[in-house]
Amino acid sequence: MEPMDTTLEILSDKASHRPAEAEFEPEILAFCCHYCAFAAADLAGVMRLSYPPNIKIIRIPCTGKLDVLYLLKAFEKGADGIIVAGCEEGSCHFQRGNLIAKKRVVYAKKLLQSIGIEDSRLEMFNLSSAMGGRFAQIASEMTEQIKRIGPSILRSNKL
Amino acid sequence: MKTDSNLEKVLASGEFAVTAELGPPRGADPEDIHKKAKLLGDCADAINITDNQTAIVRMSSIAAGILLKQRGLDPVIQIVTRDRNRIAIQSDVLGAAAHGINNVLCLSGDHQKFGDHPTSKNVFDIDSIQLIQMLKKMRDEKKFMSGADIDVAPRLFIGAAENPFADPFEFRVIRLSKKISAGTDFIQTQAVFDVEKFEEWMKLVRKKELHKKTHILAGVIPIKSAKMAKYMKENVAGLRIPDEIVSRMEKAKDVKEEGIKICTETIERVRKIEGVQGIHIMAVAWESIVPKIVERVGLLPRPPIRKEDSNANESKNPNG
Amino acid sequence: MIVAEQKPIAEIISIAFKHKSILVVGCGTCVTVCFAGGEKEGKTLSSLLRMKAQMEQKLLEIEELTVERQCDHEFIEKIVPLAGKVEAILSLACGAGAQLIAEKFPDKIVYPGLNTTFLGITEKQGIWKERCLGCGTCLLDKTGGICPIARCAKNLLNGPCGGSQEGKCEVNPETDCAWQLIYERLKKLGQSECLEEIIPVKDWSTSRDGGPRKVIRDDLTL
Repeated sequence: MEPMDTTLEILSDKASHRPAEAEFEPEILAFCCHYCAFAAADLAGVMRLSYPPNIKIIRIPCTGKLDVLYLLKAFEKGADGIIVAGCEEGSCHFQRGNLIAKKRVVYAKKLLQSIGIEDSRLEMFNLSSAMGGRFAQIASEMTEQIKRIGPSILRSNKL
Repeated sequence: MKTDSNLEKVLASGEFAVTAELGPPRGADPEDIHKKAKLLGDCADAINITDNQTAIVRMSSIAAGILLKQRGLDPVIQIVTRDRNRIAIQSDVLGAAAHGINNVLCLSGDHQKFGDHPTSKNVFDIDSIQLIQMLKKMRDEKKFMSGADIDVAPRLFIGAAENPFADPFEFRVIRLSKKISAGTDFIQTQAVFDVEKFEEWMKLVRKKELHKKTHILAGVIPIKSAKMAKYMKENVAGLRIPDEIVSRMEKAKDVKEEGIKICTETIERVRKIEGVQGIHIMAVAWESIVPKIVERVGLLPRPPIRKEDSNANESKNPNG
Repeated sequence: MIVAEQKPIAEIISIAFKHKSILVVGCGTCVTVCFAGGEKEGKTLSSLLRMKAQMEQKLLEIEELTVERQCDHEFIEKIVPLAGKVEAILSLACGAGAQLIAEKFPDKIVYPGLNTTFLGITEKQGIWKERCLGCGTCLLDKTGGICPIARCAKNLLNGPCGGSQEGKCEVNPETDCAWQLIYERLKKLGQSECLEEIIPVKDWSTSRDGGPRKVIRDDLTL
C-alpha cells in the first residue's frame, strides 16, 4: 500500500458514513507544502481564524512531490474537491517544485475533463507561510466553489 | 542533337529561349488545355506542364502533354518523385516518349501536406537527382535502372530545377553541379524576384563553369496583385520576394500593369547576366498575360517550331 | 528507444466498456522511459477507467500489471494467471509488445492502448524526436551522422529540396532541415567533399518494402 492510500482510506470511510439528507458538506483535500501552505494553515489556527471544517490537510514536503496519481486516487475514493497549495512562484524551497506541480495540476485537470469530471474540483494556489489569512480565505472560497458544483458523482454512484 | 525537342533546338542554336508554364485543369476537360495552349503556343518554345503541383490533384502531365503535342507544340513534362516509384516513372517515360514527348523536368515535388490530400502516403523512392541519372541511363545506355536492356530507348531532353534562393545558399551550387553530373541538359530556376541574390548565385555558377555544361533558364512569375505578392512572400516556401516589390505593388495605381513591369524589368536584367540562356515564365492562373510580357521584352516572334520527324524513333532503334 | 503516445482516453474507454473485465498491462522498457505505457501510466489509466465506470454505473473489473518487456516471451509469462481472470487485455506496449501478447493468448481479445510513433531520442524531459526509420541499410557514414531518411520529409538523399528556408523544413517550420544540419556538420568536420558525391538510389528491399523482416543469429539460437 502506498503512503497516500492510508489517508484516502480514512477519507472514504468518513465520506460513506455521512447522512445523505443533510446539507451538502463537501470533502476537500488540501495537499499543502510543508514550507508554506502547511505553515500558513497552522498560522491561521494560531491567529484563531475560522475556516470551513471541510478541508482535510495533507502535508507534503513540497508540491513537487505531488503525483497526478494522488489526485486521481483521491477523486476515485470520493473526494469532492482538491486544493494543491504551494509556495509563491520563485520562492520554492526546492527551486522549482511548485512550477512542476503547476504543470501536473493542469495535466490532471485535462484527465478529469476527459472522463467528464468538472476540472474546477481541482485548483492550485500559491502562498507564503506568513499568509494565515489567505489560507483561511482559500479554504472558504474552495468550499463555496465545491458546494456550487455539488457532490462528486463518484461518491453517489458507489456500486 | 539528342532529340527532336524544339527547346533543345532553340537552346543549341544559342537563341535566348522562352518557356512558359501551364497548370492542367482539375477536371477532364481538354478544352482548358487547348485554351491555354492557344495563349502560350506562339510565345514560348516549349510549355511546361506541372505534375500535380503543390500536391493538388490535376490532369496528368503526360496526358496534357499529348494534347499539346497534337497541336504541334513542344511540351516539357514535369515528373515528381513524390507520387511514383522507379517502376511507374520509367513506365510513364516510355509512354510519353512513344507519344513523341522528349522534354522531361525532374523534380522531387511539393510535400503532400500542402495539397488537397494531406493524409496520403508519399513515395520518394528516388530523389530528383537520381531521377535525372535514371533517365540518362535509359536514354544513353538504353538500360532501365535495374540494368535490363530497353529495346527502343526513349529520346529525352532532361531538365531539372534549382532554387537559388533556398538555404543553405552555398549548397545550392553544389547541388546544381550534382544535377549536371547526373545528366541534366537544362535547368529552370525558381522564380527570380531578388535579382541581386540571383546574380550572386550565377557568379558562383560561372566560377565552377556550370553554365557551360548545361542551359540555364531563369524563372519569373508575373504578380497580379499586392495581395498575391504578400501571400507569396509569406507563405510560399522557397520564394524570396524583396520588400521593395511588395511596396511597389501596394503603391501602384494600376497594379496589373505594375506587375507586368516588375516582370519585364526582371527579364531584362537576368537576360544580361552571363550564363542565362532563357527565361521560364510561370504565370500561375494568368496565362493570358504571357504573350504581352514576351512581346514587351522583344522576344517575339519565337523561332518556328520545326515539323516532327516521324521516322526519328525508328532511326534510333538499335534493331532497325 | 521506441516512442509511443497513449491513445485518447475516450477511445480507450469505448474499448474497455465492451467488456466486464479487462487487464491493463504496462511495459517496463521503452514506453516507460517515454511515459506512455509504464507502471505509472497503467495505474493512472486504470484509475480513470474505474472512475468512469463508476460514474456510468457500469460493472468493470480492472486488473493491473506491468512486466519488464512485453516483446519477450519470458517476461509475458507473468501475465498468465491474471489473463485467465479477464475477458480482454489492454496492452500499453508498442505494437510489437501488443502483438506478442495477442500471440501468447490466442483466446483473448487484445487491444492496443498506445499509438506507437517512432524510433527516437529524448531531446529533453518531455520532448522526444524521431531519429531512425529502421531502413535496414544505415548510411549515416555518408551524411555526417544525421539521417536524411528519417529526418527529411521527402527522404532526399542528395541535398535539400527547394523548400529549405533558414535551416527549417517547409513541412514544419519547427523542424530542422536535415540537409542544413548535414551541410553544416560535414563542413565543420572538413568533409564537404561528401556533399558533392551523388548518393545512389537506395535499396529499399532491406526496409519495410521487402516485407516483414527477420534477424537470425545461429550462434545464439538454442
